[in-house]
Amino acid sequence: MPTTANPSTLAKTWRKPRSLRDRAMTVLAGACLVVALIPLVWLLTFVTVRGISRFDFALFTQLPPAPGMAGGGLANALVGTIMVLLVAMAISVPFGLLGAIYLSEFGRDSFWARRVRFATNTLNGVPSIISGLFVYALLVRSGLTGYSALAGGCALAVLMLPTIVRTAEEALRLVPQDLRWASLGAGASEYQTVVGVVLPSAAPAIVTGITLSIARAAGETAPLIFTALFSPFWAENFREPVASLAVLVYNFASVPFAPQQDLAWAAALILILMVLVTNVLATLFIRRRSQ
Amino acid sequence: MTASNHTPTLNAADLQIHYGSHLAVRDVSLDIAGASITALIGPSGCGKSSVLRCFNRLNDLIPSFRLEGKVAYQGQDLYARHIDPIEVRRRIGMVFQKANPFPKSIFANVAFGAKVTRYTGNMEELVENCLRRSALWDEVKDKLDESGLSLSGGQRQRLCIARTLAAEPEVILMDEPCSALDPLSTRKIEELMLSLKEHYTIVIVTHNLSQARRVADYTAFFNTEEADGAMVGYLAEFAETESIFESPQHEVTRDYVAGRFG
Repeated sequence: MPTTANPSTLAKTWRKPRSLRDRAMTVLAGACLVVALIPLVWLLTFVTVRGISRFDFALFTQLPPAPGMAGGGLANALVGTIMVLLVAMAISVPFGLLGAIYLSEFGRDSFWARRVRFATNTLNGVPSIISGLFVYALLVRSGLTGYSALAGGCALAVLMLPTIVRTAEEALRLVPQDLRWASLGAGASEYQTVVGVVLPSAAPAIVTGITLSIARAAGETAPLIFTALFSPFWAENFREPVASLAVLVYNFASVPFAPQQDLAWAAALILILMVLVTNVLATLFIRRRSQ
Repeated sequence: MTASNHTPTLNAADLQIHYGSHLAVRDVSLDIAGASITALIGPSGCGKSSVLRCFNRLNDLIPSFRLEGKVAYQGQDLYARHIDPIEVRRRIGMVFQKANPFPKSIFANVAFGAKVTRYTGNMEELVENCLRRSALWDEVKDKLDESGLSLSGGQRQRLCIARTLAAEPEVILMDEPCSALDPLSTRKIEELMLSLKEHYTIVIVTHNLSQARRVADYTAFFNTEEADGAMVGYLAEFAETESIFESPQHEVTRDYVAGRFG
């Protein structure tokens, strides 16, 4: 005999153990989210509060002051950071991209592809100071470049390379197999398929990967300390020591003079803003491309 | 098995297809006549798509694929050492089960087919021509710059056909081109096939028996059998479509076209 549902048994009641557990877990998850966000918000506010006081025109146009003196700026470190990153990109982007194309489109699961992938993963785990040490021994001590933007860029390139290879390979693998078959089925060569179909489809994700690896490299200090070294002056070319924001933070934060410490905080704020801006730009770029 | 007296455009002789150690299709011999439509029908797993892909060497992309026997196009052994698979695919185009336009504009999709052959003529003219021949022109002529992905399923498939036509092939292979389409779009594609067969040789794999009956001049029925615990496909009967459906020579063909299995 069919029974009519008793409406009262369907109603929501908070007293049921299931409902209570439900609610408790929601509150717990929310609390964990807040706790996880605390360091981020704290760090952002702290650096902003300490760094913002020196955010003036001189900061971006003038050289650092002599120890103990007030005023000045960190323009040379800004230029130096860009120089070092340009060198790093010129090396890591072409090699990383071509490596990723090899792994995803040609090597796949072959003997060599597996070796290359393993090497890339290992390189990714290498501490950044080791890559600095490697370039120091290879280029600086040997006298090939000496302390310079070139050496600093090479050290950062070693760090960026595995990130670019991995993100680009993942991006390429996400391109549906259908598209490759469509292209090859239409009579395209493998070169035409990769350049004309696969790369354009993966471009947004690849660009994001490269951007994020640049943002990460911009903040690296250890590999630059004994490759790019530091300089209180304008960089004249790529073959002499240059200042960089990260090393400036390292050098100036530990001196006993307040103006230098303020500059260090300002440099830290610039580094954080760089990461933030590149992230936002990368997101916007993807959104525009996928429309 | 020969179904006509014409010189065959495509020919398979004692074709065996292996994937790794697994024999997927055995002993396929058939001649496909030019300027006609040939349908490959049969239950799932009978290897009809595998056979289709042998005709433009698309199976090369599957690492475990191995072929025995001979596949020829106008008398040339397609799997001979000196044959360039890319040239083969330019002469023998493929339309896939799932319409797969590139995430590019409608124009660029069609132009891609021509660019691969380094076409140097008037691209606008060629794109229009191919879209007209694939019966899509009137629907897209005002929005050639829009993404190919903005089209409906049936339109996408016709766009893919236009892309294939742009490479100026002589043969068009179609792997269940209508299986994901509604009846109206299916009908459009079928009408399109009939209009294309004047100039092209068409081979179509289909699960839809009535479709084979409506469009195909010749029909090849593939079946499966168990051998050493694995299913192996083979060519059971190949003849003019009417004879396959009206007076099949084999019991198994009669059962299949009557819908008793598959």
